[in-house]
Amino acid sequence: MVGIPSRHRSLFLLGGVVLLQILLLAVQIKQDSQGRLIRVWTVGAVSPFERAGAHGIGHIRDTWNHYFALQNTARENEALKRENGALKLQITQLESKAGEADRLAALLKFRQTNIDVPMVSARVIGGSPDASQTIYLDRGERDGIRRDMGVITPDGVVGKIIESYKDTSQVLLLTDEKSGVGAMLVDSRLQGPVGGTGEPLMVMKYIPNDDDVNSGERVVTSGMDRIFPRDLPVGTITEIKPGIPFKQLRVKPAASMERLEEVFVLLTMKPLELKREPAAPSGPATTPAAAPSAAVTNPASPEKP
Amino acid sequence: MNDTFDIRSSELHIEVHKFRAGAIILTMAFALVLQAFLPIYIPQAAILDLPLLITIYFGLSRRNPSTGLLLGMVIGILQDSLSGPTVPLGLYGIAKTVIGYLASSIGARLDTEHPAARFSLTILFFGVHQGLIALTRRLLLSQPEPWFTMHLLIAALVNAFVAVFLFLLLDRLRKPS
Repeated sequence: MVGIPSRHRSLFLLGGVVLLQILLLAVQIKQDSQGRLIRVWTVGAVSPFERAGAHGIGHIRDTWNHYFALQNTARENEALKRENGALKLQITQLESKAGEADRLAALLKFRQTNIDVPMVSARVIGGSPDASQTIYLDRGERDGIRRDMGVITPDGVVGKIIESYKDTSQVLLLTDEKSGVGAMLVDSRLQGPVGGTGEPLMVMKYIPNDDDVNSGERVVTSGMDRIFPRDLPVGTITEIKPGIPFKQLRVKPAASMERLEEVFVLLTMKPLELKREPAAPSGPATTPAAAPSAAVTNPASPEKP
Repeated sequence: MNDTFDIRSSELHIEVHKFRAGAIILTMAFALVLQAFLPIYIPQAAILDLPLLITIYFGLSRRNPSTGLLLGMVIGILQDSLSGPTVPLGLYGIAKTVIGYLASSIGARLDTEHPAARFSLTILFFGVHQGLIALTRRLLLSQPEPWFTMHLLIAALVNAFVAVFLFLLLDRLRKPS
């Protein structure tokens, strides 16, 4: 750079370099060329590094996703578990509500079918703290409930009122060993009392050995005890053994004693005549009660006082 | 290197830094490679202009305008080459040539080691760089290019922020004086 002062040398160099690049731009515009050769060289020189970098980043990303990012996965898993627990609880609550709705629907249907029968619905609010088979209802004397009134569900007989208080009442379940109900076999019309044993199954007494009884035969109320109307389901024969001098018959209660939540209390001591719904093809709440419908709807009864 | 001697004699308190062998070329290549494929994996990284930051850093450190502008030209032309057919060769080349020259000239007159100075200068150079790009596109290529947008302002701030840490990292490539 002869003749150019050293302090201006870089300035001249700048001007020259910029000018060259402007010319390069101009050439590209004029010839519509994009400097392919320079681009090929550059890309060829840089692309191995890019490939190596991409490969390295891919490895790093895989390592991160499969190992280190598992911390997030664990957190996510915990959150999903919590959500799953909450959803399970919600499902249980919804199933409970659906079950309650079914039960109430069955009760309403039963009540509407027997609109002329004086009865009051009650909710089970407690059980017995001792070994006796008793429950407490949320209705009492104010609602017209008195001692010895019958307690039923659409499924069948539950028991009878043994104590009535102002707003609550106590029910002795049919399965209690001190409990009993006048009953008869649906097919043979043989009569005998059914009593509790303190266990889930009850016994039917005084059926002679000579009479034929089939397992699975239904047992209904006879109306002879003057507490329950005729032909209310009591249970089903589950076990038959010969005895002296009478058969030993075990009866499974028609009403679900261990799952009582809503019941009806019959508000009269007079003989009643209950109508039954025709058997429904499905529906757990109504199926047992609907079974003896033909007999129940028949008001004719020689035992009727 | 008479240039270096001149600068040292006139600006006695400004130190000219030298780098380990191949450090400049490798850093340049690394910046270009990163600039090319990092946005593929992290789209937000497209806001960074690593070749510009490298040009600024070596310009400020070397403090030789001739070296700075030649370095800027090389980086710029290579960036043009990698940028595809929509960017003609020379677009970034001209801009980075000027930035290399300016950075070297300023670096020879100011102490640019402080992070605050580096942050401010990067914003300034980013603005000038964008201005040169817009000027080149508008005057020479007749292409529309905004002088200023909010995105460019954010990009300037982000690049300046990254530059502070990147320059600290690059300081480790210097030869001990």
